[in-house]
Amino acid sequence: MAINFTLNGKPAEVDVAPDTPLLWVLRDELKMTGTKFGCGIAQCGACTVHFNGNAMRSCSLPVQAVEGQNVTTIEGEVSPQAKALQAAWDELAVYQCGYCQSGQLMSAAKLLRDKPQPTDDDIDQFMSGNICRCATYQRIRAGIKQAATSLAKEVAA
Amino acid sequence: MSTVQGLSRRLFLIRSAQAGAGLTLGMSISGQLLAAGEATDFEPNAFVTIQPDNTVVITIKHLEMGQGTYTGLATIVAEELDADWSQIKAVAAPANTKKYANLSMGFQLTGGSTAIANSYTQMREAGATAKAMLLAAAAERWKQPVSSLTVKSGKVIHAASGRQASFGDLAAAAAKQPMPKKITLKNPSEFVLIGKAKLSRKDSGKTDGTAIFTQDVQLPDMLTAVVAHPPLFGATLKSVDASQAKALPGVKAVVKIPSGVAVLADSFWQAKKGRDALKLQWEGGSERSSEDIIADYKKLADTPGLSAAKKGSVAPALASGKHVLEAEFEFPFLAHAAMEPMNCALQKDSKGVEMWYGCQGQSWDQQNVAKVFGIAAEQVTINTLYAGGSFGRRATVGSDYPVELAEIVKAWGGSAPVKLVWTREDDTLSGYYRPMYVHKLTAALDASGELSAWQQRIVGQSIMGAGKSVDHTSVEGASNLPYAIPNLSVESHNTQEAVPISWWRSVGSTHTAYAVETFIDELAHKAERDPVEFRLALLKNEPRYAGVLKLAAEKAQWAKSLPEGHFHGVALHKSFGTYVAQVAEIAAQKDGKFKVVKVTCAVDCGVAINPDVIAAQMEGGIGFGLSPLMFSEITLKTGKPQQRNFDAYKVLRMRHMPEVSVHIVPSAEAPTGVGEPGTPVIAPAVANALFAATGTRLRKLPVGGDYFTA
Repeated sequence: MAINFTLNGKPAEVDVAPDTPLLWVLRDELKMTGTKFGCGIAQCGACTVHFNGNAMRSCSLPVQAVEGQNVTTIEGEVSPQAKALQAAWDELAVYQCGYCQSGQLMSAAKLLRDKPQPTDDDIDQFMSGNICRCATYQRIRAGIKQAATSLAKEVAA
Repeated sequence: MSTVQGLSRRLFLIRSAQAGAGLTLGMSISGQLLAAGEATDFEPNAFVTIQPDNTVVITIKHLEMGQGTYTGLATIVAEELDADWSQIKAVAAPANTKKYANLSMGFQLTGGSTAIANSYTQMREAGATAKAMLLAAAAERWKQPVSSLTVKSGKVIHAASGRQASFGDLAAAAAKQPMPKKITLKNPSEFVLIGKAKLSRKDSGKTDGTAIFTQDVQLPDMLTAVVAHPPLFGATLKSVDASQAKALPGVKAVVKIPSGVAVLADSFWQAKKGRDALKLQWEGGSERSSEDIIADYKKLADTPGLSAAKKGSVAPALASGKHVLEAEFEFPFLAHAAMEPMNCALQKDSKGVEMWYGCQGQSWDQQNVAKVFGIAAEQVTINTLYAGGSFGRRATVGSDYPVELAEIVKAWGGSAPVKLVWTREDDTLSGYYRPMYVHKLTAALDASGELSAWQQRIVGQSIMGAGKSVDHTSVEGASNLPYAIPNLSVESHNTQEAVPISWWRSVGSTHTAYAVETFIDELAHKAERDPVEFRLALLKNEPRYAGVLKLAAEKAQWAKSLPEGHFHGVALHKSFGTYVAQVAEIAAQKDGKFKVVKVTCAVDCGVAINPDVIAAQMEGGIGFGLSPLMFSEITLKTGKPQQRNFDAYKVLRMRHMPEVSVHIVPSAEAPTGVGEPGTPVIAPAVANALFAATGTRLRKLPVGGDYFTA
């Protein structure tokens, strides 16, 4: 079945079984492998993408639901929030194995868009759907705060 | 159209050719350095390649799985080379036991927190020799004595004339220099990178989705394989009806292999649907439940076992004790649950086999895969990619999942590359767990309140397959107890179960540290002494243990008053040569449960190569060690693991993570590893804090929902 949607701002068309999760369409059909497979049941967040601007677990989203919609992956997430987060991630050496970090960054970018100055409770609440087995959580928290601070400075400047 | 994103043989050859254009240094297995092309009896073994474009490529013989080995080993080479950190690039070594053996093991494997320890001198010599040859080349070019030259940040400098040259400028000339007969390593006081700076990591591409993991390997015409495994450990296939599966779109083949039935398809989702459509019947297998296993282990714990450590006479000392304490501990199976489920890509051609994956045990995997195809180990080329975590899972003696893929390709007989993808359920149900253990401890305090006797019996499967001898991985952390106890006996029973088991981050210490450190705490309380002071009194001849304990206690302000509802607990442990003490602070929550709010960690790992990587490994190790205290367990019900995915196999999340501060003991001792030693200390530290809060000793892990909200 042919399905059309907008991926990272450009039109995309795939011809796959309609129940195929978006994750596997991205990875196997479109060869965009930045979005990771971790659990397949929306428990770990490694596959997080933005679906019409919302953080969504692509492993549990059948591609037929994406027809005509907007999808952004780590490859196309170039928002100021994402850039600030990536800079903080590198500066603070947040990642270890790195496998979950696409999903962490996609969640964090959405968090900062909704709450430019998130509290610890906001971070706990929004980021607890993203598992990191290396337990880089302390640095993820610091990275989000550092990105929030640098974005606030940009706005003020 | 498919593109080749993994490291291909072709790309590898390109890289090798580029390396040939500059200075390539290698090292023999005996540690003697060789220049490429030099006639020699030893096979060259490249660690340092300086390219004309001024890039210094460091070949890393250990798997990067998050522990920071690309950064760590590169730091050591760059230090002796006096390279600029920005010109350093780290790449994975190919599989080659002779060239890239782990020097503490004799074969190529990443494990046991040995990467820094076994490579420290080797990497220093590799860097120092490269520098000596660059200096010789500059001396020749400028007709100046070597003694008049210096090297700084990737440049050779002749201060008197103001001349300088980059490493890249000198690479071709340096390659023609003779090997230095003698090299001088720096005095640690001259270090500019080691222990000094916070260096950017060399395992890049991990913040924008460009880093290539096994899962991401794309090769032309590649198929994906998904395997149906037996539901019980030890079960075998009775029958399979694959007619429906074969009729599905994209399914290319269904093959029987020793470990199950594999479906090969154009994509993962098609292969998985194919697997779901198989009609399978299995037979045999173990139906033992966790309860059965624990009951048997408890009986064994009442009987004397193999002697792992013995001092004085325990029985009379226990009999004459003023207070005799007894405790029995239960530890469940644990899955590693790395974020990237196990996977592997393989292509066979007439010359041999090429593989792409986060390989942790190159020597074992080469041999085991070669055996499947009846070829020589050297015909198995391994491109080691980043691993999405491992925690020990990717190194198995029998190479379980690489062999599974080899069996698939062999049974199928095709020539296209195949990627084996395990789902999270496949990964969690696959076994290779941290074994279940029961510990029984008995100890005595004499009339003066001194710890006079200690008996510890440890019951569980032997990871090393030791039959009637002690498996040190079952008793490490107990058989080498640091506390001065005059009468001591540590014993073990090796059991047999159908469940495949393996090492899990910090191995034996995952359970011994918990039993020892909570029981010591219990004895301190019984003796009415402060837990830190009680331990220190027993560590008079163990300055490094005492050092980390004092530092952690000082930084945590141990014994100072805490806010209402907050409690401290302490624990101490050495594993893989690294000493770690942690003070955990917990806070009572409104719902009567607890939260670990703060952890103060002191670590002594000898020379601290990268302080920030050490801190990261302590932070992560603590987070990893909290999961099995709080929630994680694999339980068997009539043989079947009851946890299949992260909904039931619960692990630490952001909301559970404490604030961790790490304090490194300054040291000139040889460096030891940090990947594992942070993990085993946190569970007993928190359990001791929970005792301070509740008066209850927790001897069965995980402590679960009564204490922590998942």
